Amino acid sequence: MKVIKRQGTASAFAVIKKQAESQWRGLRSGKPVITVGTATCGRAAGALEVLRAIKSELKRHKLSCPVVEVGCMGHCYAEPIVTISKPGYPPICYGPVNPVIAQRLVREFVLGDNPCLEFVLGALEKNDFVPSFSDFPRADFEKRIILKNCGHIDPEKIEHYIASGGYSALAKAFKMRPEAVIAGVKGSGLRGRGGAGFSTGEKWEVCRNARGKPKYLVCNADEGDPGAFMDRAILESDPHSVIEGMLIAGYAIGARYGYIYVRAEYPLAVKRTHLALRQARKLKLLGRNVLGSDFSFDIKLFQGSGAFVCGEETALIASLEGKAGTPSHRPPYPATSGLYGKPTLVNNVKTLAYLPHIIQGGGGRFAGTGTEGSKGTAVFALAGKVVNTGLAEVPMGTTLRQVIFDVGSGIKDGKRFKAVQIGGPSGGCLPESALDLSIDFDSLTDAGAMMGSGGMIVLDEDDCMVEIARYFLEFTQRESCGKCTFCRLGTKQMLAVLDEFTRGKGKIEDLDMLVALAEDVKAGSLCGLGKTAPNPVLSTLRFFHDEYEAHIKEGRCPALMCRDLIAYYIIPERCERTCDACVGTCTVEAISSHPTKRYKIIDQTKCVKCGTCLKACPPQYRAVVKLSPPSLVPH
Amino acid sequence: MTEEQVKKQARLLLQRFAKKRGNLIPVLQQLQERLGYLPREAMLEVARFLGIPAIDVYSVVTFYNQFRLHPPGRHSIRVCLGTACHMKGGYITLDAWKRRLSIERGQTTPDREFDLDTVACVGCCVMAPVTVVDDKPEGKVEPTRVDGILLSFKLEKEKQ
Repeated sequence: MKVIKRQGTASAFAVIKKQAESQWRGLRSGKPVITVGTATCGRAAGALEVLRAIKSELKRHKLSCPVVEVGCMGHCYAEPIVTISKPGYPPICYGPVNPVIAQRLVREFVLGDNPCLEFVLGALEKNDFVPSFSDFPRADFEKRIILKNCGHIDPEKIEHYIASGGYSALAKAFKMRPEAVIAGVKGSGLRGRGGAGFSTGEKWEVCRNARGKPKYLVCNADEGDPGAFMDRAILESDPHSVIEGMLIAGYAIGARYGYIYVRAEYPLAVKRTHLALRQARKLKLLGRNVLGSDFSFDIKLFQGSGAFVCGEETALIASLEGKAGTPSHRPPYPATSGLYGKPTLVNNVKTLAYLPHIIQGGGGRFAGTGTEGSKGTAVFALAGKVVNTGLAEVPMGTTLRQVIFDVGSGIKDGKRFKAVQIGGPSGGCLPESALDLSIDFDSLTDAGAMMGSGGMIVLDEDDCMVEIARYFLEFTQRESCGKCTFCRLGTKQMLAVLDEFTRGKGKIEDLDMLVALAEDVKAGSLCGLGKTAPNPVLSTLRFFHDEYEAHIKEGRCPALMCRDLIAYYIIPERCERTCDACVGTCTVEAISSHPTKRYKIIDQTKCVKCGTCLKACPPQYRAVVKLSPPSLVPH
Repeated sequence: MTEEQVKKQARLLLQRFAKKRGNLIPVLQQLQERLGYLPREAMLEVARFLGIPAIDVYSVVTFYNQFRLHPPGRHSIRVCLGTACHMKGGYITLDAWKRRLSIERGQTTPDREFDLDTVACVGCCVMAPVTVVDDKPEGKVEPTRVDGILLSFKLEKEKQ
């Protein structure tokens, strides 16, 4: 085998690093620095308006401090987040910030000396002045490896990444032989973060030893699981960590071309990744002779077109070839015969983002975190009825209870926890009794869920388990590519049965048919989509059988969610007769006053059950209630 | 747009691509960005250019959710139906849009002002329920907010 020329790469990198560091220091030259989180979730909460307010207020006071757009810190519940680093103070995070608060922060803290403690979220460094993030209870459970830079550096500036230690791992990898890089990754025990959890090092070895040229490397950023958004957050907040990971992987397996396959539904991730690739090419970190070595590697960005099944590697490859994304039989695995029949390594965004950390600190450091079979950390996207929604990175082996109640601060509005849905359409719903389960690849699968992409939706007493099973099945049924009969037709039948359940038209014997169909779909499908599609149904049947029975036998939805099984009703005794909140807010004008007694009445024939009146009714009255079955409404 | 204009636009764009099957999806994406949708003539142009049967282009276009066969409206409404949005009432929001616009998902209003569709998670789960209005994700869009957004479009139009 040809020996790759690597001399001189270290000095080439030293030059780049020195420049980046001086630019980074220049940013902090005595002036306050303001950062605004402008990832997609921040934007949805109004970060761009906050950014504009800050800039105009600075201009009004003729201040010229740098305003930097950063990514997502993972504290999505507090978006938009603004951080002000002023000399003499620790860097302080504020959130949620609106344009008015933002202008006040500029006037009183940037210009004046009042750090406006009433808007503080936390300080980034420990100090005796403002509580810092490390004082939060969640800090005891979190360990940030791949989210380390997110929300702290400007994702549109490669210099920020380099000054924070970026691309040093690549320079280090170049001093090692590719075999040694693979050995290091094997030693770290890293398992693929796409969901299946196959050993990354072993996959690399197969690909390196496979015959055929050129070899391809694909970063799978087709994060299709509804409810998972960490890949989006990483690409929007720290795209270079993924590119560096790809360079290391590409060097190790001897790849010449790389692709990043991103969902088109993530326009900002696409934009920032594009920019990051251009910057890396400019500094010769990508392209011919990376850093002056003999290793040539370039990456193209490919936009997915909205097909969930393309998250499966063979379907993804078909899509890259310009075909409809239908999966093919494995083996042969892509590692030996993938894109255009050449050896192709497909790794998830998170898997690749771990690599700089692993190479820099050695496989042992990574393996020091986590459990026997699952090393390192797990990243979860916490959403649903949890207080602290956002991203959480915790060591493998942390329990579900710790993630939901300590990191996530428990359930919103004092409601009761019912279940947690893990792994999206491939995963399952776990009940309270499973909360002390330690999270790793194997324990979740044993419990009937799956690590999957890491989406974690917390459900409370108001969420119907039959409905969530129906929802996921509707999703997989629509996204089934249609190749395998069991997946195409089986999911359709299962959905029909579940539809009847949520309408109160089910029959008790249908439950057995549902289980039988579920087993058949699992057994008769080629790819992960079909093999796991029945999981949400099976896990809810296992843990929440009573809810299914209530729907079927009594026509009642215990969570008061299924619209065909509930009715909205205004209790006359509770209705404050002079208040018109519900009447004014009803979107279909279904509410009117009683002609003489003035309490409000809902016309059940007009009501669309949107729940707006229930939210509008002032909390001191609580006159609007949901009843199930609807026959409970007095005539 | 006439057939000739569509063909011209397609040819102009195709010049920038190599004649490789692997370029089919990027070509279709950019074509749709220019034209708003993929008319029959455009698909035929692409098939001719890449030297593949027209049915192959059609099969790819209809396989992926992103591609549209009908002209879009001036404003696009995309209701997120990810898990978090669904559980927080995304389906109720979708109903509200349908009711107000008098169209079903996948359709455009007769005056071509709005088109309505769903999207499977835009990754803003914490702002659920989300509706993406003209590429901007709007958080906490409930039926009353639907009315608010439509009102703001109406006011904007009246100003012009």
